[in-house]
Amino acid sequence: MSEPVLVCKSDDLKEGAVQVFAIGDIEIGVIRHKGNCVAYRNVCPHQGGPVCDGRLMPQVEDVIDPNGLFVCQNFKEDDMHIVCPWHGYEFKIATGEHAVDPNVRLKKYEITERGGNIYVTL
Amino acid sequence: MSKPMARNVTNEGFDTTAHLRNAAAQAAKRGYDDFMIVDVDAHHYETEAFSEIADYIDDPVLRREAKFQGMSRGGIASMDGSYQEMTGRVIRYPERKNEKVPPEPHRDITLMYRWMDAMGVDVACMFPTPMLNIVTCPRIEVEVALARAYNRWLCDNILKTENRLKSMLYLPFNDPAACVDIVEKFGDKPGVIGFMVVATHYRSVHDNAYMKLYSMLQERNLPLAFHAAYTWSDKQLSLTNRFMAVHALGFTWHNMLHMTNWLVNGMPERFPKLKLIWIESGLAWVPFLMQRLDNEFMMRTSDAPLLKRKPSDYMREMYYTSQPMEMVDNLEALEVTFKMMNAKTQLLYSSDYPHWDMDLPMTIYDLPFLDEQGKRDILGGNAQRLFNLETALAPGKLERRAKRGVKAAAG
Ligand code: FES
Repeated sequence: MSEPVLVCKSDDLKEGAVQVFAIGDIEIGVIRHKGNCVAYRNVCPHQGGPVCDGRLMPQVEDVIDPNGLFVCQNFKEDDMHIVCPWHGYEFKIATGEHAVDPNVRLKKYEITERGGNIYVTL
Repeated sequence: MSKPMARNVTNEGFDTTAHLRNAAAQAAKRGYDDFMIVDVDAHHYETEAFSEIADYIDDPVLRREAKFQGMSRGGIASMDGSYQEMTGRVIRYPERKNEKVPPEPHRDITLMYRWMDAMGVDVACMFPTPMLNIVTCPRIEVEVALARAYNRWLCDNILKTENRLKSMLYLPFNDPAACVDIVEKFGDKPGVIGFMVVATHYRSVHDNAYMKLYSMLQERNLPLAFHAAYTWSDKQLSLTNRFMAVHALGFTWHNMLHMTNWLVNGMPERFPKLKLIWIESGLAWVPFLMQRLDNEFMMRTSDAPLLKRKPSDYMREMYYTSQPMEMVDNLEALEVTFKMMNAKTQLLYSSDYPHWDMDLPMTIYDLPFLDEQGKRDILGGNAQRLFNLETALAPGKLERRAKRGVKAAAG
């Protein structure tokens, strides 16, 4: 396994922010989510789009009442996704899994935060 | 007498009080100050405040959609207003207008070449986007006028100078005589490689009014393409409530309908040399319709007496564009589909860029069941033969090849 690479200072990555770093010829998106940092390869498993350039959006849900009637739609703010800007595949930020099919997933990198710095291990 | 006051009417801008100053004079003259006037039907244009109004929508998902789409034409409540771009998730829709281009050439040329060069596309057949929907305009003369204008603009400003850009020109199908006229006027213009009908029209393709058009196209060896579309104004499709539904069904349904009429009425026998292309319906509908029509035809040949072979035999001789290729996770089904439609010779790669469901060349190039020649044919060779195109590689490709010392013709 290669050495951890310093990508940025902790303060430079605020909650909900995404930064994309080129390490050699690999682009990695680093996201701060619920206080933690996650790192994914900036290549979508669908057709190879720059997934980390996309918007962060919550999971949408249909709200159905106890009698089975449609009430409205809602954003599930505690289930945030990163949305690939090419075709809209949505991936759970926390795990990198596609919103519905966990077999379709982003390549995840190990990330560590210490001494006010963020490191990614390739 | 005081000096007359000059006003530059063209530059002064609009102000409601100034606009209605004669009304104020009338009010003064008539003494409206002395009684109350009530206006029981007056309007404001809430369009400018729509974003504030949208904040009051309870459903947060709809609220976002409303703020993204707005309320003007094409807005959230309009018939063809859709959230195709997924309320901003597909960023190239909202961001496109901010893209910087040099003053020359025409912005649309620069933008076309940017994506083509990125994807490795050398030649592209370009179609409009919102102007495809003029087909559902109830005012036929408006459809015809816009079709002529767009075709002329395209020929004059883009196709005339740009070898890499081609088009199958829009035919205003609701007016068969205008279609004939457009083929006559534009059929031999540079860059015109065929003609295109948007599938969301409501006149049958076997209507006698179109026979002259078909025979002209056949005579000129110009393909006729049916470009799929959807419209939420379609009676059945208006039962759908989400874009995914109206799109998945609409883009296949309208083409399936026209294909069925085309076959049952024996059009391939009447115009055996007319080349047909089915655009943007994906591929999965093809085996479905082949099986469905063959099965019924074998029991009811008297319903389609002009056909000398099974419907699927004719379908296999037509051309299909590849996008949006259904390929979620069943390669086996895709391979069977390719075989059934004779994809090796009949399938034409298409990206549909910049739309939300665009396909990159890798969708074809990475298919494990195609050999290298098969991939190249679908990505370019089949189209080159169908449209009789010269071999033309993008300047960037030529430069890179020269650097590598490659001289041989591309294939
Ligand atoms: S490439 Fe990411 S959604 Fe298609």
